[in-house]
Amino acid sequence: MSDRKPPEAIDQGRRTVLKIGAAAGGGLLIGFHLPWLTGEGVAQAAGQDFSPNAWIRIGTDDSVSLRVASSEMGQGVFTAVPMLLAEELECDWKQVKVEMAPANKSYNNPIFGRQSTGGSATIRGFYMPLRQAGATGRELLVRAAAQTWGVKEAECHAENSTVFHKTSNRRLRYGELVTRAAGLPAPGEAFLKDPNEFHLIGKPTARLDTPQKVNGTAIFGIDVRIAGMLTAMVARCPVSGGKMKTFDASKAKAVKGVRAVLPIHSGVAVVADNFWSAQRGRDALVVEWEEGANAATSSTQYRERLEQSLKSKAAVARDEGDMAKAGQAAARKVEADYEVPYLAHACMEPMNCTVRITDRGCEIWVPTQNQSRAQSVASKITGLPPEKILIHTTFLGGGFGRRGEQDFLAEAVELALRTRAPIKVMWTREDDIQHDFYRPATLNRFLATLDADGKLTGWHHQMAGASIMERVFPNSLKDGIDRTSVEGAANLPYAIPNQKVTWMKEAGPLPVGFWRSVGSSQNAFVTECFLDEVAKAAGKDPFEFRRALLALHPRHLGVLELAAQKAGWGTPLPSGRARGIAVAESFGSYCAQVAEVSLEKGQIRVHRVVCAIDCGTVINPDTVTAQMESGIVYGLTAALKGEITIKNGRVEQSNFHDYPLLRIDEMPVVDVHIVKSIENPGGVGEPGTPPIAPAVANAVFAITGKPVRRLPIRL
Amino acid sequence: MIALMVNGESRKVDVDPSTPLLWVLRDTLGLMGTKYGCGIAVCGACTVHVDGEPVRACITPISSLAGKAITTIEGLSADNGHPVQRAWITVDVPQCGYCQSGQIMSAAALLAKHPSPTDADIDQAMSGVLCRCGTYSRIRRAIHLAAAPAKSTATKKGDEP
Repeated sequence: MSDRKPPEAIDQGRRTVLKIGAAAGGGLLIGFHLPWLTGEGVAQAAGQDFSPNAWIRIGTDDSVSLRVASSEMGQGVFTAVPMLLAEELECDWKQVKVEMAPANKSYNNPIFGRQSTGGSATIRGFYMPLRQAGATGRELLVRAAAQTWGVKEAECHAENSTVFHKTSNRRLRYGELVTRAAGLPAPGEAFLKDPNEFHLIGKPTARLDTPQKVNGTAIFGIDVRIAGMLTAMVARCPVSGGKMKTFDASKAKAVKGVRAVLPIHSGVAVVADNFWSAQRGRDALVVEWEEGANAATSSTQYRERLEQSLKSKAAVARDEGDMAKAGQAAARKVEADYEVPYLAHACMEPMNCTVRITDRGCEIWVPTQNQSRAQSVASKITGLPPEKILIHTTFLGGGFGRRGEQDFLAEAVELALRTRAPIKVMWTREDDIQHDFYRPATLNRFLATLDADGKLTGWHHQMAGASIMERVFPNSLKDGIDRTSVEGAANLPYAIPNQKVTWMKEAGPLPVGFWRSVGSSQNAFVTECFLDEVAKAAGKDPFEFRRALLALHPRHLGVLELAAQKAGWGTPLPSGRARGIAVAESFGSYCAQVAEVSLEKGQIRVHRVVCAIDCGTVINPDTVTAQMESGIVYGLTAALKGEITIKNGRVEQSNFHDYPLLRIDEMPVVDVHIVKSIENPGGVGEPGTPPIAPAVANAVFAITGKPVRRLPIRL
Repeated sequence: MIALMVNGESRKVDVDPSTPLLWVLRDTLGLMGTKYGCGIAVCGACTVHVDGEPVRACITPISSLAGKAITTIEGLSADNGHPVQRAWITVDVPQCGYCQSGQIMSAAALLAKHPSPTDADIDQAMSGVLCRCGTYSRIRRAIHLAAAPAKSTATKKGDEP
């Protein structure tokens, strides 16, 4: 198969470096270090000291504690990751407790070589290492039991936190074995279970974090309270790239509860006793801004620049066959322009961060998707070494890529440093909508060529938009291509003999960032909708047209056919309704969706979405289903509502009244079908998002006969 | 000083009278379960009950609440035992969980009035409570599940503690 594959998980397991030790107060510790798959080698990692970064602790009371390296932002990693361990450790699932790991390179996700949560990479990165650690623990405990009894290990087996010796009918609980096990040398590569023997992986499992999320006790960043803490709110220039010129704090300081007003790197901060004082203080603050180069920009103007840039010489992301010749030989051509606007992430929990700096170091409580970067940014601002930066990751009230950024953390660290007081920086919803790192707005020009039989012979896709990686990982741009900008476009799976995909970098008036499913989120829309236009020109059914082009891509084809079959593709619908179909691969998973749509009083109504997902080996099927539902809602909001526009350099939207989200009364029925697979696990947090916008837009196209070439869909 | 009943306890707070209930709960009383989402009553994350009615705490000035009985998510039950909480656990509704206090308080208020709500009742009561993770299907399922005991034992009264 020629599809992009996740890093080789098996190899990753073998390269895991394990260390065994005794826990303070009794118990067994299992630590490990995960070499970066594309970076540092095993030898270097093996020389490092593991303490105090044990990942797993098995107590004399049979308890099993696991430090999870990834942030829990709703995607279910606080349940799925311990399932990997418990499966191999053969421990009692009810004994398993998770805690969030601190920031430390021992917890790096091997896919990235840093501790961050994104790219649907937690299970892909930790599937083998966590199983390997669990299997090692099981082997040690079995060995400890065999030695205790003076029998052969092969005569013993582990089950439900107990080792059994069947022939003599003896048993010992893990808690009774941990002290002996902790004194044993670390075994070599432990024997992993055959997936056919899994009793936990692949079974719907209740989330471990649900009970505290139904009674208000789950602690999000915004809920952190520490002694002497003050609340700060920052006035930022309404135009991106602008700076503070002067400010008048007199009225702000007159607000009861305001303690200080001070300029910081991102604007002017009002520090107060609580949120309400800080907000009223900021309302009373008078700031004059130096608005900078973007002061006069608008969405229309940026659209014109993108249009111009399509005429420039672009970087080539894919070039197969000879597109120019295909153009000359074409019996028929289809051409269209497609575009998407900027989008904000709009996590339900606005950005926030709490920082306390003492002689001991800098302590940070933050809902972050990127502990490594949080630590390095705080280290740079404070001048403290990274080991003096202690990161407490709270629950995240949504992430979607926004919380990989460090802007809110940098504000809190600077303020704590300068005021010498514990500071919680709070963003309002308006701050969040107007000072995001947005999904890039893009313009796309398509040309498809058909031969006399209606066969698709050529596909030319020119793209223009801003680069995310240029800011985040500047060294990653290769041959002028930001891979995140072209993902979902340059890897189109369809069998088309001549294909050319180009991308032109054109920075806009707003900073851009990772937004759930990144490039695939908009590229699936533009490519899958244009493909429907081509299918129509060829006189073919959109499903059959795709099917014929996917013969060499069985996993794409598998989900496409499954979704079509479950949706009853081709069967009659009530009058006024139509179906649209789309398929996309992203983050190692394959997802197809069929949307059933009607138009009611000039409004688009999505009645039902049938989703087929092939994410390889499934850890928690209920989480996969939940993430498909979630990804669909996120993408549906973008398809039907989402748009950030600019006027005079300013974001025109500010809160949920003008940047609305999908509501429960607009929620379609969602049927999720998971493909049974023994492939390595793929991602699930993002792959549900790309297909929904094109599935809905293609259904609208089927009803109206008019292609939808722009999001959000306007009739 | 403003006197109120919060989760069955009488509390006196000394704050600016314009302070919204949300920030009294969170910053003054340390009840962090009620969330801030928008500050303009369009997302529902801050929903609490005032004398049994669902209210958006972010725009309700504390001065309007003297003598009123307020129930927050912390006061819904002592042990996750409220039918809505039980249903939420059974269905595994929450993802990130941030909006769920508002969802649960809105659902509890709905069921107190309509022990067997229709889908239309649910749409009406819940459409002002946003969830960015998209847990809406499960919210609907959990509300119907929470209503099931009410459906079978018609005598069971509302769910306010």
